Amino acid sequence: MQNAAPAPEVQTGGTRQFISFTIGDEEYGVDIMAIREIKGWTASTELPNTPQYMRGVINLRGAIVPIFDLRSRFSGGLTQASARHVIIVVSVHDRVIGILVDAVADIITVSAADIQPVPELDHHDHSGFLTGLVTVDGRMVALLDLHQLFDIELVADAITAAA
Amino acid sequence: MSDDQGYDLSQFKATYFEECAELLAMAEETIARLQEGSGSDEDLNAVFRCVHSIKGGAGAFAFDDLVNFAHVLETALDHLRSGRVALTPHMADLMVRGNDVLGDFVRAAQAGTALPPNHGADILAQLNTLIGGEQTTLKPVLATPPTAPPASAEAAKTFHISFRPAPDMLRTGNDPLLMFRELAGLGDLSLVVDRSALPQLTEMESSRSYLSWNATLVTSKGRNAIDEVFEFVAGDTAEIIITEGDAAAAFVGEAEEGEGWGLFAPPPVETHPVAPSAPAQAAKPAGTAPAAGGDAVHTASIRVDLDKIDRLVNMVGELVITQAMLGQQASGFTVESHPELIQGLQELSHHTRELQENVMAIRAQPVKALFSKAPRLVRDLSGKLSKQVRLVMSGENTEVDKTVIEQLSDPLTHLIRNALDHGIETPEERMAVGKPAEGTIHLGAEHRSGRIFIQIQDDGRGINRERVLAKALEKGLVERGQQLTDEQIDMLIFAPGFSTAAEVSDVSGRGVGMDVVRKNIQDVGGRVVVQSTPGVGSRFILSLPLTLAVMDGMLVQVGGQRYVLPLTNIVESLRPTAQQARSLVDVGEVLTIRGEYINLMPLHAIFGIENAITDPTKGLVVIVETEGGERVGLLVDELLGQQQVVIKSLDSNFRPVQGISAATILGDGRVALILDVSALRQMGALALAAQ
Repeated sequence: MQNAAPAPEVQTGGTRQFISFTIGDEEYGVDIMAIREIKGWTASTELPNTPQYMRGVINLRGAIVPIFDLRSRFSGGLTQASARHVIIVVSVHDRVIGILVDAVADIITVSAADIQPVPELDHHDHSGFLTGLVTVDGRMVALLDLHQLFDIELVADAITAAA
Repeated sequence: MSDDQGYDLSQFKATYFEECAELLAMAEETIARLQEGSGSDEDLNAVFRCVHSIKGGAGAFAFDDLVNFAHVLETALDHLRSGRVALTPHMADLMVRGNDVLGDFVRAAQAGTALPPNHGADILAQLNTLIGGEQTTLKPVLATPPTAPPASAEAAKTFHISFRPAPDMLRTGNDPLLMFRELAGLGDLSLVVDRSALPQLTEMESSRSYLSWNATLVTSKGRNAIDEVFEFVAGDTAEIIITEGDAAAAFVGEAEEGEGWGLFAPPPVETHPVAPSAPAQAAKPAGTAPAAGGDAVHTASIRVDLDKIDRLVNMVGELVITQAMLGQQASGFTVESHPELIQGLQELSHHTRELQENVMAIRAQPVKALFSKAPRLVRDLSGKLSKQVRLVMSGENTEVDKTVIEQLSDPLTHLIRNALDHGIETPEERMAVGKPAEGTIHLGAEHRSGRIFIQIQDDGRGINRERVLAKALEKGLVERGQQLTDEQIDMLIFAPGFSTAAEVSDVSGRGVGMDVVRKNIQDVGGRVVVQSTPGVGSRFILSLPLTLAVMDGMLVQVGGQRYVLPLTNIVESLRPTAQQARSLVDVGEVLTIRGEYINLMPLHAIFGIENAITDPTKGLVVIVETEGGERVGLLVDELLGQQQVVIKSLDSNFRPVQGISAATILGDGRVALILDVSALRQMGALALAAQ
């Protein structure tokens, strides 16, 4: 919370809170309500015959949690995961999953009015996962819709698995 | 007492309905036995007691419709067991349907809904005809003074009854009032209380029975009817002497004097209005019903919430992991350096296993619960389809996890339906090909090498492979020109979107395909295989895990990955010589062991694992057996050791992964994947075909 911007009131009707994180130079935000915990990278167990961005599963206090490499998902190549990398554990569609990112950046509070629509970009195939863009201290943060992202993910995978 | 009645009652009601469900199932099962002709008189009595218990409880809760129907059914059953009515197939069928209607009434009472007023009227009418138009509704019995025995019936007899309850009879939930009320319903009853045993008020214990009674009953119903009233108390709980005599009632005169009733005794029948039941009476079904079912068998049992057991199961699972972790931590120590520690760990391991087995046993139930629906299903369907089918069951006492049983109910029903509809031919067709007109469906369960096998076998026409293949081509499930073995064609019926029934029938075409059957079975870690011979029949084999929580596994290493192989699949492991491992065109690598050729499947190739040993003569081959009995050799780098693993689902947070049945957590906290041998075999075959 080191950003000096005059923070609007938390939890009032028009504002939402996001956790922002970085992947390379890009910064993304995820609704704080979806986040269960943030933990350092631990070695995962690879699952055979799964897409590259599926980084395997880890043991989260007795639960088997799948880890997705967001950089790889956004076609930025595989993350060379180290102890400094971070797994953000989120709850999506009644499932607990982890997303592998470079680092957690900030907790941001934005009012609905400040969220800009995502411009239509033909060459980007993941614009459907982005719900909007906000500017925080001059940085652009892309807000992710996890439900959208992982709904498509899991369903698509399930279909290929069944075939 | 009346204040807390409402509160107490709901609790008793829940117990009552739980027991009704059990009693109904028991009755159905027993009737089925009678139908097959393998039942005994004791079975008839058992059915009678079931219905009687349901009626008794229903009376306590004032479920009038239920009481009335149960009463008629009970009367009919009584006629059967006394031999007044012969147990014909028609009769047995009527009993089955009667039991069904009784079930409807119970469920309606439970849901608090009303059934249509004429529900089960046809059955009721038939039952009434059967019992000779006797007075069968209970209402007159309850409403009118018991002075009107059926005039038409056989000559009235006089019985003297001496009823001397044991001191603790009340504690077992038996209430003399209910018995006398029932006696009064049989005929003209006069009752005299004997309060000679009544102690001083100060010495009196409220839950003991001090009173005894002498009764004189003039009835045309016969001795059996009286015995029946005392059915639950005869023997240990009360001393009952019934003598028959024509003489004028010896006690009648005294009856008039009986005024000073005991403090805790119920008032006499003659003057007592039919009052709502007190909680003590409401508790009656809880006390008597299990005893009624089990007869002389005294199995002490308590009802436990399933949630509590599941929590226990989970906790044991965590304990197993912790124990594995401790074992791993101590692996550097030797017996010489730390004798107590090593011994303690061994004991811990031993106890953990025993604890786990015992906890699992709590959840285990005989598959009987699952099979008991089959006889009726077969009967109903064979009638509907005009087929003659005999159902043979075996291994009903095989125990399996409750969740598995629950999950299997629908698939099993569907498979039986399928066997009847598609498998078994009509009697004419059967005769034409020289088979007996009556088809046979065999439903069996057995416990084999840590798994439960359930099979549904019919001696029908078998799978029509031409039609299956044509259909699969039409649906695009296979490609033209693709070579399929008979076995592969048979398995096509489980493919999503496949249904062979050319016309959707009332019986099989309910929108539930075989793919759903397979999915349901896979959901509980099971597998279904079909074996079929045209003209001879089909056999569906369901292979299921004994428990869903823990299994014995062998930890293997492939490249940088560790996997768990279920111990039940493993036959042996070996490092083949160069002579034993051969590479063949079209088949891939083949291993010769003692004159037998088996397929070699390199796990690293199937899973795309890097840095693994690819030369069989340098690695290890684990010979595994699939559910279908096929053997294949899995090439791995090395074996790491045997251990118990807790099964964790992959799909609760992700989705199923082919070749992997589940995941587990190892002693070091890392996740290891549990291999699915049968799926691996298929993947190996596919990978080969793709080359």
